Amino acid sequence: MVENRPWLTVATHVVLVIGVLIVAFPIYVTFVASTHSLFDLVRIPMPVLPGSHMVENYLQAISAGLGEASGTAAVGAGRMMFNSLVMALGIAGGKIAISIIAAFAIVYFRFRFRMVAFWMIFITLMLPVEVRILPTYKVVADLGMLDTYGGLIIPLIASATATFMFRQVFMAVPDELAEAARIDGAGPLRFFWDVLLPLSRTNIAALFVILFIYGWNQYLWPLLITTDPEMVTIVISINRMLSVGDDQAEWQIAMATTMLAMLPPVLVVVFMQRLFVKGLVETEK
Amino acid sequence: MAGINLRGVVKAYGKTQVIHGVDCTIADGEFLVIVGPSGCGKSTLLRMIAGLEIITDGEISIGDRVVNDLEPAERDIAMVFQNYALYPHMTVYNNMAYGLKIRGLAKADIDTRVRKAAEILALDDDLLRRTPRQLSGGQRQRVAMGRAIVRQPSAFLFDEPLSNLDAKLRVQMRLEIKKLQQNLGITSVYVTHDQVEAMTLGHRLMVLNGGVVEQIGAPIELYEHPATLFVAGFIGSPAMNLLPARIGDGGDRVELSGGDSLALPPGRFAAHAGQTVTAGLRPEHFEIVTDDQSVARLAVDVVEQLGADTLVHGHFGNDRGSLTVRLNGTQNLQARQVLPMSVRPELIHLFDADSGRRLES
Repeated sequence: MVENRPWLTVATHVVLVIGVLIVAFPIYVTFVASTHSLFDLVRIPMPVLPGSHMVENYLQAISAGLGEASGTAAVGAGRMMFNSLVMALGIAGGKIAISIIAAFAIVYFRFRFRMVAFWMIFITLMLPVEVRILPTYKVVADLGMLDTYGGLIIPLIASATATFMFRQVFMAVPDELAEAARIDGAGPLRFFWDVLLPLSRTNIAALFVILFIYGWNQYLWPLLITTDPEMVTIVISINRMLSVGDDQAEWQIAMATTMLAMLPPVLVVVFMQRLFVKGLVETEK
Repeated sequence: MAGINLRGVVKAYGKTQVIHGVDCTIADGEFLVIVGPSGCGKSTLLRMIAGLEIITDGEISIGDRVVNDLEPAERDIAMVFQNYALYPHMTVYNNMAYGLKIRGLAKADIDTRVRKAAEILALDDDLLRRTPRQLSGGQRQRVAMGRAIVRQPSAFLFDEPLSNLDAKLRVQMRLEIKKLQQNLGITSVYVTHDQVEAMTLGHRLMVLNGGVVEQIGAPIELYEHPATLFVAGFIGSPAMNLLPARIGDGGDRVELSGGDSLALPPGRFAAHAGQTVTAGLRPEHFEIVTDDQSVARLAVDVVEQLGADTLVHGHFGNDRGSLTVRLNGTQNLQARQVLPMSVRPELIHLFDADSGRRLES
C-alpha cells in the first residue's frame, strides 16, 4: 500500500511499537532478573532496572550452573550449550542431507513405487513427534542410545517438510538443465553435486536457519532420553533449575542461563538473514 | 565428423505412436532442417538422435556406430536448447568447460578450446567471467553454441535455438549459425517451426507432419515441387492459395470451382482429365494483365503495403473464393477495385483431392 496519510503513518507505528513492546518486555524482564542477586530479586516489587550482579551471575551460570547445593551436578551452561549446539547442528544438517537426497530421488529418478514413497513421506507430515514418541523411545532405548548425541539427533532427522520443499525447488529447475548435463556426460551424482546443490544454496540456508532453531528448541525428546547431567541440553536445564521442590529457586541463575540459551538462535538468524530471505522469496532458477 | 542415418525410426509413448517410421540419411557436413507445425514430432525426433528419448523401433547411427543404446554423452553430439539450458551458477567460461572437465581433459587443453570457441563467437574475456544471468538473450545463445563447439562433436543438434530471441536478433543469429556451420563443416540437425528459418539455413529440409515425413529435399525443390498439399501450404509465405478444382475433359485446362479456368501446360495432365484436384497457386506468381488475358477477376478486399511488395487479399469467381496475391513494389490499389489476374501455366501446382499427392505429368 502506498497511501500517504500522516495519521495512518502514526497509527501504524503505534501498533508496531505496541507489538514490539509486548514481545520484548518479557525478554527485558528476563535480562533484568539475570543481573540481580536472589535476595533483591524475590523482594516485592521486583526491580525493573538492571542490577549490579550481572558478571557474577553469568559466570556462575556458565561454569557451574546451580552447583552441588541444589542437588544437580555441577554442570555449567557452557557444557549444556555445547550439547544443544551439537543437537541443533546435527538435526539441521541431518535433515537437510536426508531430505535433499530423498527429494533428488523423487524428482529425477523413475522407479517403481516412486509416488508411493512420496506420499508416504508426505503423510508423515501429519504425524507430530508426540504421536510416535513411545515407539521411538523404545527403539532408541533398545539400541542403547539413551544419553548419547546419536539418540538426541537421529530420531529427529527425517523431515517430510524439508523433502517437500526441496522437491518443489528441484521441480522449478528446468528439465533442459538435466539434459544438458547428460549430454555433457555428467552422471546423476555429478549433476546433483555440480548443478543442483549450488542452485539450492539459498534454499539450504533458509532451511538451515529454521531447522537450527527447531533443533535448538527441542524439549520433549531430550527431556525423555537424557538423564545424565552431562548430556542435558540447555532448554531442559532451565526447567530443571526451577523444579527444586520446596526450596527457593535460584532465579537469577536460571534467567542468566535463559539469556544465554537465546543467544545462538539469534546469532544464526542475524548472520544468515540475507540468505534466509533470499532463499524464501527467490524464484528464478 | 560423421553422417547420421535414420532407419525406420519409430517413437511411441505407450500405445500412442508419435513418429511413424522416419528414414533419412544425413551426409557428413550437411545441414538438415526438420520443420513442421507444433506437435508434429520434430523435437522428439531430434531428442531421439540426441539420446534423450528412447528409440521405440528402428535404428539411428552416427558415423558408423549404431547409437540406439548409447548414452547422450557417448554419442559424440552437442545440443543447443531453446532456452539455452546454461548452468545459472557457473561463469560463461565454466559453462563451456564443464563437459570437457568431466571428460577429463587437461586444464591447458580445456583452456585452449574454450578460448578458441570464444574467439569464433566473439565472446570477450569480460563476458567469459560473467554468469548467464548477466547476459542478454543473444549472448546466452552464443554461449550455448560455444558449449556445443568446444566439444568438437561429430554432430550439432539444434532444438529451436532462436525462438526466444526478438525478430531482429533472430535474423542476425540465423546468419551466424549458417556461417558457423559452413566454416566448421559439422553435420547439423536443426529443428524449427519457422519455415523462413528452415529455408534460409538448411541444405535440405525435412517436412514433418503428424510424425510422418511429407518430403525431404533442398529448400528450393520443396518450394517449386511440393510433393504434398501439406508441404505446399507450409512452405512459402504468405501461404500458397489452395483452391478446389477439376481438370477439364481435354486435360489442358483446370476449372476452378468458381467458374474460372486456367490454362495448363499442353498435354502434361492429359492422363488426369476429369479428375477432381486441388489447385495450388503461389501468391507471388500472379500478375496483373489486361482484361482479355485475365483468367480471374479479383475483387480487392484488403491491401497490405509492405514496401518491397504489396499483399492483396480478395475474392473472385461465382463462389467468392478468397485469394491472396503478392505484387512487386508499391501498388496504388483500393478496396473494392477489381483486378484482372493471370498465372502462367507452368507455375500451377495440382494435387490429388483425396490423397493430397502432387500430380506429375
